[in-house]
Amino acid sequence: MKKVLSVFTLLLLSAVVYAGGYRVSLQGNRALAMGHTGVAVVNSAELAFFNPAGLIHLENKFNISAGGFAVFSDVAYQNTNLGTSAQTDSPVGTPVYLYASYRVSDQFALGLAVYTPYGSTVEYPTDWAGSHLVNSIELQSIYVQPLFSWEVVEGRFSIGGGPILAIGSVNFNRNLNRDLTDLEGNRSNVTIDASGITEFGFSFGALLNLDDNDKWKLGFNYRSLIDVNVEAGDGVATFANLPDSALAPIDNGEFDFTASLPLPAEWTVGLSYKPNDKWLFALDYNYAEWSAYESLDLQFLGSDGSVALESINPRNYEDASTIRVGAQYSLNEKLDLRAGYYFDESPVQDGFFAPETPRNDSNGFTGGFTYNINEKLAIDASFLYLSFKEIDASFDSFFEADGTPVPFEGTYKSSAVVGGLGVSYKL
Amino acid sequence: MKKFIKYIAIPAIAFGFVGCEPEFDESVTDAGFFTSGEADFSNYVAVGNSLTAGFADSALYITGQENSYPNIMATQFALAGGGVFNQPLVDDNLGGLLLGGNQITQNRFVLATDENGNPGPAILAGSPTTDISNVISGNFNNMGVPGARSFDLLFPGYGNVANFPLANPYFIRFASEPNATVIGDAVAQNPSFFSLWIGNNDILGFATSGGAGVDQTGNLDPSTYSTNDITDPNVFASAYAQQVQALTGTGAQGVLVNLPDVTSIPFFTTVPSQAIPLDAATAGALNTAFGAYNTQVLPGLASFGIITAAEAAARQVNFVDGVNFVTLQDDSLTDISAIVQGPPFNLDPLTAGVLSTLRQATAADIVPLTAAGVLGTQDQATFDFLVSLGFPAEQAAQQSVNGVTVPLADQFVLTSTEQAAITTAQASYNATIEGLAAANGLALADAQSALQQVASGGTPFNGGVLTSTFVTGGAFSLDGVHPTPRGYALTANVILDAVNAQYGSTIPNVDIGNFSTVTISDDVN
Repeated sequence: MKKVLSVFTLLLLSAVVYAGGYRVSLQGNRALAMGHTGVAVVNSAELAFFNPAGLIHLENKFNISAGGFAVFSDVAYQNTNLGTSAQTDSPVGTPVYLYASYRVSDQFALGLAVYTPYGSTVEYPTDWAGSHLVNSIELQSIYVQPLFSWEVVEGRFSIGGGPILAIGSVNFNRNLNRDLTDLEGNRSNVTIDASGITEFGFSFGALLNLDDNDKWKLGFNYRSLIDVNVEAGDGVATFANLPDSALAPIDNGEFDFTASLPLPAEWTVGLSYKPNDKWLFALDYNYAEWSAYESLDLQFLGSDGSVALESINPRNYEDASTIRVGAQYSLNEKLDLRAGYYFDESPVQDGFFAPETPRNDSNGFTGGFTYNINEKLAIDASFLYLSFKEIDASFDSFFEADGTPVPFEGTYKSSAVVGGLGVSYKL
Repeated sequence: MKKFIKYIAIPAIAFGFVGCEPEFDESVTDAGFFTSGEADFSNYVAVGNSLTAGFADSALYITGQENSYPNIMATQFALAGGGVFNQPLVDDNLGGLLLGGNQITQNRFVLATDENGNPGPAILAGSPTTDISNVISGNFNNMGVPGARSFDLLFPGYGNVANFPLANPYFIRFASEPNATVIGDAVAQNPSFFSLWIGNNDILGFATSGGAGVDQTGNLDPSTYSTNDITDPNVFASAYAQQVQALTGTGAQGVLVNLPDVTSIPFFTTVPSQAIPLDAATAGALNTAFGAYNTQVLPGLASFGIITAAEAAARQVNFVDGVNFVTLQDDSLTDISAIVQGPPFNLDPLTAGVLSTLRQATAADIVPLTAAGVLGTQDQATFDFLVSLGFPAEQAAQQSVNGVTVPLADQFVLTSTEQAAITTAQASYNATIEGLAAANGLALADAQSALQQVASGGTPFNGGVLTSTFVTGGAFSLDGVHPTPRGYALTANVILDAVNAQYGSTIPNVDIGNFSTVTISDDVN
């Protein structure tokens, strides 16, 4: 087990945006293969994330699912009026998950979930055209969650849930503005770095059998908002390449800072239909409360605790929905085939398209399979192709020191391809 | 297990098909997105003076060179077939030059704060490392030579260290051989495209020296000119035509840039001629002091026929409660210093010296930036002399104020007569440039109009308005003459627009807001 954990730690080193905002919807290989549906699908320990109310319905006493993904995601930017262009060189993202459930009694099961629902790694070429907004960003979150699952009405209705310990970290670099340099021409910039920020939240789910034959199921799940608050002393902001001048906005060196980033609440309702032993269909609707992300405000504190410099970055996200459909076909005892589709709505409004999370609406096409090696052990695989259209967008909330707005305009094209592999074990 | 391997291959193959790189339907980096039209930007050579070199803040330094308008243009040309653009980069960002280890030019200006936090230009501290005796070799696309006048580009030996200081310290660094000419070294690179912006220094030296030089119109021998003189328009026309002929001789296309008004630059617009604030008591005391000059000396000299009545009227000095015009020496007036020492005036030599070509400025006079550090200060020589005569210090100080009781010297005022000489020469030069552009089918960039707009109201850009206001306007560096990187970026856009119009190319402009303005630093002497 120790070995497994250390592998996990390595894998957790990076994650990537591929859903709206910085939500990373990669919480299970079986679910992803079916369009990342699962709130009403009783299939594996992946329920620990999708709907803990379902854990009690798993056939076996002990279930475990673990896996990870390789995310290849990049963004290209260009401005056809100026001839400027840039493409991110983002590292391969590797979100992971580990879920386990243990049935204590006929009505009661306990579980554990470890997953990475939010994150973003975007690396632009240093000093690119939008470097006054972002050079690079690496956002990570790990959720650790003990769970219960309780069948309230036998064969009909169950609930589940548990508290969430969220561990967040951020590393972000951008240039201070469009033109300030030191005497050698190096752009003045700031790096903020904070890790191990812990916050708490919870998730709660319910599952209803709509008929007596176990064909129709209706599921519901809610995961609460978690605000990641960076307090003074939690992290370090490092200013570099400022000219040595009383006229400079701030001195070179390290400063305390405060910031707050919301990890939004998400509702899911969904339906599954299992007409026979061969087929399973699922439909999920996610509603993410992105409106919690109004502004990314940073305050850099002097040694006396006073605010030395402030950075106000309006985001004005709006709530966003995702529609997901998926199907599973059991070819034989050994092999289950899956496919799915989803439409992911971007929470970004016109005029607030910041290159740090450059996402527009996307269509996701998924597929995958489970290969049952034996009755206990199965291998789960999935892939996702996200299709983005080119989008002409701008970020209008960058201001010169005198208050003049400087829109950052251009055309963006994103690409994301994901492959995942995992194991499911039941006893 | 075989089956299993087969199925794991499916996602792997899918990966291979979709690929991971985001690609635009039409990418700006694709060949053909931006076009060169009838022009060929593969080997661009820029010829000119300090403006072409990227000179700023009274010095040439690396980041300034990187933001020279030719380098900015070359970056844009690269979108449509442009090649590498080599510049004769100096060795540091201090800007001072050495000759054999001895410093011959000062470091650049930076905007520094004094002990009270007030910003002002100051010389950047540090020991410069660019020694012009270290001649660098290679082809340099940027043939901008700071200080060069039109005819200097044709002068063999302009880069010969043996001729220094007559030779140019900047060209000494990168001339292909001691007796090379600037234009020869440019043509030798066989440019496919060129820009030529020369002639500014043929009037600028005269202007910045407050007209202390000579208008050489009529003198066809430039070897007799000093750097503060105005070049004869025929000398200019001849030199310019030879350069255009040489540059087009290899079939190159190009762009000619005309000469902006000197009155567009903050060096001549920052210090007003009405610059002396006085209260009523001081103004009254001064009027009493100049009373005899106004009411006796001037009318007396006019009645003797030594000066005209018009000159007597123009030479009246009068102060009021408020902001007053400066006093100055105007060498176009009659020098009365000798005659007023005789009867009936019998003035002392010091007073006679003050009155010699004295008048008070009008709104038509231009006071150059160099006077900023002089106006209102105490003239120490006058003060010491008065104290030695036994005047009390307070009274001596009152009689020693530059621009008031000590008139500004000729180099601190560009009179309307001197301005007219500059404007006449400039108009002739620009007519030559325009004519040669038309005759040779070359693009003509109207820097004159572009800078007029910057100076009068400003040029808007994404993030503000670029004006010629000293320090804060954004367009001009701290020497008040040369642009900032942002000013050079605007220049590049103006020239690119002219090139596109002439050759049907589609080279995009740059966002000038991404270029810096004045450099701040408190690391000063």
